[in-house]
Amino acid sequence: MALSGLDIYKLLPKTNCRECGFVTCLAFAMALAKKSISIDKCPYLTPEAKKALEESSLPPIKLVTLGTGENKLEVGNESVMFRHEEKFHHPCGLGFIIEDSLKDAEIKERLERINKLKFERVGQALNVSLAAIRQNGEAKRFREAVKLAADNTNLALALMSSDLAAIRPALELIKERRPLIYSAAKDNLAEMAKLAKEFKAALVVSAPELEALSGLAKELSNQGVNDLILEIGKKSISARIWDLTQQRRQALKKSIRSLGYPSLVVVDEKDPYEETIQAATYISKYAGIVLIKGIEPWQALSLLTLRQNIYTDPQKPLQIEPNLYAVGQANEKSPVLVTTNFSLTYYTVLGEVEASKVPAYVISVDTEGMSVLTAWAAEKFTPEKITEALNKFGVKDKVSRTRLIIPGYVAVLSGDLEDKSGWQILVGPKEASGIPSFLKNL
Amino acid sequence: MAEVILEKWQQAVSTVNIGATRADGGSRSHVVKVGGESTLPFLFSEGSLPNRPVIAFELCDIVPADWPQELASAYGAGFGDPLSWAQKCVKEYQAKILCLRLQGAHPDFGNKSAEEEAGLISALLKKVDVPLIILGCGDDAKDNLVLPAVCQAAKGERCLIGEAVQDNYKTLVASVLADGHNIIAQSPIDINIAKQLNILISDMGLALEKIVINPTIGALGYGLEYAYSIMERSRLAALAGDKTMACPFIAYVGQEAWRAKEARAEAGQGIIWEMLTATALIQAGADILVMRHPLAVEKANNYIEELMRTNGV
Repeated sequence: MALSGLDIYKLLPKTNCRECGFVTCLAFAMALAKKSISIDKCPYLTPEAKKALEESSLPPIKLVTLGTGENKLEVGNESVMFRHEEKFHHPCGLGFIIEDSLKDAEIKERLERINKLKFERVGQALNVSLAAIRQNGEAKRFREAVKLAADNTNLALALMSSDLAAIRPALELIKERRPLIYSAAKDNLAEMAKLAKEFKAALVVSAPELEALSGLAKELSNQGVNDLILEIGKKSISARIWDLTQQRRQALKKSIRSLGYPSLVVVDEKDPYEETIQAATYISKYAGIVLIKGIEPWQALSLLTLRQNIYTDPQKPLQIEPNLYAVGQANEKSPVLVTTNFSLTYYTVLGEVEASKVPAYVISVDTEGMSVLTAWAAEKFTPEKITEALNKFGVKDKVSRTRLIIPGYVAVLSGDLEDKSGWQILVGPKEASGIPSFLKNL
Repeated sequence: MAEVILEKWQQAVSTVNIGATRADGGSRSHVVKVGGESTLPFLFSEGSLPNRPVIAFELCDIVPADWPQELASAYGAGFGDPLSWAQKCVKEYQAKILCLRLQGAHPDFGNKSAEEEAGLISALLKKVDVPLIILGCGDDAKDNLVLPAVCQAAKGERCLIGEAVQDNYKTLVASVLADGHNIIAQSPIDINIAKQLNILISDMGLALEKIVINPTIGALGYGLEYAYSIMERSRLAALAGDKTMACPFIAYVGQEAWRAKEARAEAGQGIIWEMLTATALIQAGADILVMRHPLAVEKANNYIEELMRTNGV
């Protein structure tokens, strides 16, 4: 947690020596609190004070990076308990557990299917994050399975094993890929720390309770391992929600460094519906990484959609650039529809226009990312605004007939808009789903 | 690690009782209690959550206009016939509460009269003995004719009736008050309207403990996050002591989820869409979830049981 100017002042020498360039230590402290100057300007700071000040400027939950290149996954750096307070920053990574006991062909097939779990919604790419290989038998088999994974997917990799003899050779194979090791616990802490350091891998640390977890994380940090991800052992869903909530509270409200890391949850549930429900719960409630076994496209699509919802910035709704968009082979005879620049609205309209197979133009008016009714109520979707967009995008030059289709919910705009724009106004359906039949019967 | 951090909340959400048994002057077999939470969802270590979120099966008085075939076939022969549909939900799916939407009263969907709808409610109350949620058709003028008759037909059964909106609440509040029901107050993703409407309703003499808030929701991928955050903010305000916000939430999960393109794209996906919409809203504090597909209801019920059973241990 950031220290206030007065908190910082207490740590300074209070000699008012002016060597920092400020008249008093208090003035310097205030500047430090605003982060407008570096603490190095004070030559008389004690090492303890310096450490305290440096720590206070670290984010309360560390950012941990896994994988490399396009498939890099960053989790952590969260700053709030509730998304409306600011936003959730780094979307929870979704990963898939693959047992090394499967046959080679099965592992390859699973990886191929996982690689295909890519979706696009409202103009954003939705991707899964991790392939996690779990050891069930001998070290040799684990290494083979990890090799298969390394060769068949570019996703970030996680090694699920507590067998040191198995992890080292597997790490050798993928040392360039910044993998995740799962997991260190009380009885193998020192060895796991050594491996994580040697291979620059991120490390999951597990304990049955938060208190113990905090202790282990502290020990690892003292040993110089800081790319940590925390896991509490198997518990009921509600107990997990409590732990995840408590962990974030401790990190944000009390600046408890040893809990200031992203968290990971392994969902161990056979029924694919229940597995998905549980994963959704943890995506909503503070998990940094969720690992599941199910690889059905509907599971990934629904979970990634939920993640997109939860991690959308509440202050900045997803929006697209206001413009005139041609759909299909639109020409001068094509109909013109108008909607807002709120991504969800625009892409819903776009999808239905495409589905109609009627080439058309869609104008997206700058409504600052508001939906039709909200924008109308906030006077961002008015006859003036729509007329302005028609002129700005030169729509008249594209079509021979100046006829504009407006959303059914703002039928009330018709008269005024007709006067202002000089276009003929046609009231379209209220719901986008009505667009195909509307366009076909035009 | 320092000590466990417990928030000191000022008050609990009110408890709304839906349904009246013989002892209360009604004819229901049980009362469904909703609300009463004194902390955020499922933080049992911090407060109590005395009543589990409940799932109400949604029914229609006619063959509903906008339900996809997948839902129709899930219910089979009884679909669109409210009495046998209701009975199927109670007998086959162990529904503890039903939500009947009087869509058939809408001028565009059959324009059934107030007398017809009141008659249906009387028959339904005889057919099944679970508590009822009854919704109008959404046409204000028509609802103002139909809902008073419906309230009277169910007098003393302590139903939950909806919906009151900012510019049309007086007729419904008066009927609900006269016939001993609870009311749903709808506010379009807006905390201030929710507050104001609750004040207007309680000014007419209906206690805040008789109000359930419909914050209006969006489905997974269709604005879910707006409802999610509005519900979190409202609940935080309630726990922090704002009495006018301390009402349970109702969420029309089925209605929204089955409108999603993904829900209709391929068989089975609607069920997951409905389930995950419910999951997220349960975590945002929903108390009543109105749902459509029996399998989605079953899975959501299992989930709620798991959340409650373990009591946080």
